[in-house]
Amino acid sequence: MGRFFSIVHRDLRLALRQGSDSVMVVMFFILTVVLFPFGIGPEGNILARVASGVIFVAALLASMLSLERLFQTDYEDGSLELLSLSPMPLEVIVLAKITAHWLTTGLPLMIASPILAILMNMGSDGFTMLMVALLLGTPALSLIGAIGAALVLGSRRGGVLISLLVLPLFVPILIFGVGLVEAAIGGFAVKSQILILSGILFASLAFCPFAAAAAVRQSVE
Amino acid sequence: MAIFSGQDLVCIRGERLVFSGLTFSLESKGCLTLIGHNGAGKSSLLRMMAGLLSPAAGGMFWDDTSVLEERDEHRERLHYVGHHDAIKPVLTVEENLKFWAGLRSDPAEAEANFIEALDVFDIAHLFDVPGRFLSAGQKRRANLARIIASKSPLWLLDEPTTALDKDSIKKLEGLIEAHREKGGMVVLSTHSDMNIAHQQILNVGDFSAARGAESASLLAEGI
Repeated sequence: MGRFFSIVHRDLRLALRQGSDSVMVVMFFILTVVLFPFGIGPEGNILARVASGVIFVAALLASMLSLERLFQTDYEDGSLELLSLSPMPLEVIVLAKITAHWLTTGLPLMIASPILAILMNMGSDGFTMLMVALLLGTPALSLIGAIGAALVLGSRRGGVLISLLVLPLFVPILIFGVGLVEAAIGGFAVKSQILILSGILFASLAFCPFAAAAAVRQSVE
Repeated sequence: MAIFSGQDLVCIRGERLVFSGLTFSLESKGCLTLIGHNGAGKSSLLRMMAGLLSPAAGGMFWDDTSVLEERDEHRERLHYVGHHDAIKPVLTVEENLKFWAGLRSDPAEAEANFIEALDVFDIAHLFDVPGRFLSAGQKRRANLARIIASKSPLWLLDEPTTALDKDSIKKLEGLIEAHREKGGMVVLSTHSDMNIAHQQILNVGDFSAARGAESASLLAEGI
């Protein structure tokens, strides 16, 4: 367990020292959402209608941006080889890296989301559930995205390829995440959406570290 | 007394046969030096020994148990130094080393070994310097210090002398000697001459597909 946290700690430290990556993701998220009022006009009703969908799609694309560097730098400087040669199971190492990735991208996105919700004139009943939806959704994005990030290691233009691989897999999270927020705004029961999102999160937690570790093994061969 | 051996190993890279029928055997306190022309498969063989690469055929054994069947245990007893130094540009030498040492040994032990590791390669004055300011040779020394900072019986060194100056090469030779005296094993590939006593020399080129597997032989044993 101590070793798990030492990897998380190292990745957090790396993200903090390199700085720009995390900030870039949040800035991208904010800018994308801000573009929408310019594109579709400042009418409050229309913005409120699309708010949750826009925020969710933007969060999805923003976390996609950062996926490429999840394994790439470690792959290039030989660290990934050494990590996969350490006595810990590679699955645990991959899970530690995913945890650090979520802490540096998913969590900031979640924290920034209420500000954007105000900007998009979203109904205030939806704020809490937007945070809950992102709290359950973004870790799943990091988990599923890790498979894509590991699969494209060693290929050129990996970033574009990742989007093609994992964006389709993000669709269920998008549907139920937006559904959760909409239900909250409309005053309906939200339990089923929360349960489904949790289900997706736990299923990816159980499956994704193994798939990503298998892909990493392939890449270091 | 442990024995690390490989039997009839076949390596295929990108649908091309690199070597076949390669057999080696290494005992505690032994040193196996891999030589051969560029592309003979020295690095592939070392990666195979580390478990990064699976042999297309053949087996490897530690004492009598198959390495391929108990990879976790095998990873625990080896140190691998490859072409890349795995030094993070934004972390200091100390942070880099302590991270790698901490993955293998408990924190207290890592702390004690860390001081020793810095001294051995004369990089104590660099401990708070971020990786991006290190020269190629200093990075290599920091990477080699990593294998001192946590103990493992088997060292797999892929051209460890790259970028090292003469003094550092001498120190490395001394370290290999000391490691062997304590019962460790070393496998290394090199193009330059290293002064190592009682080494077995294995010419990987003898097993390469182009030259025919029949001429396979262990060239020399002992000097």
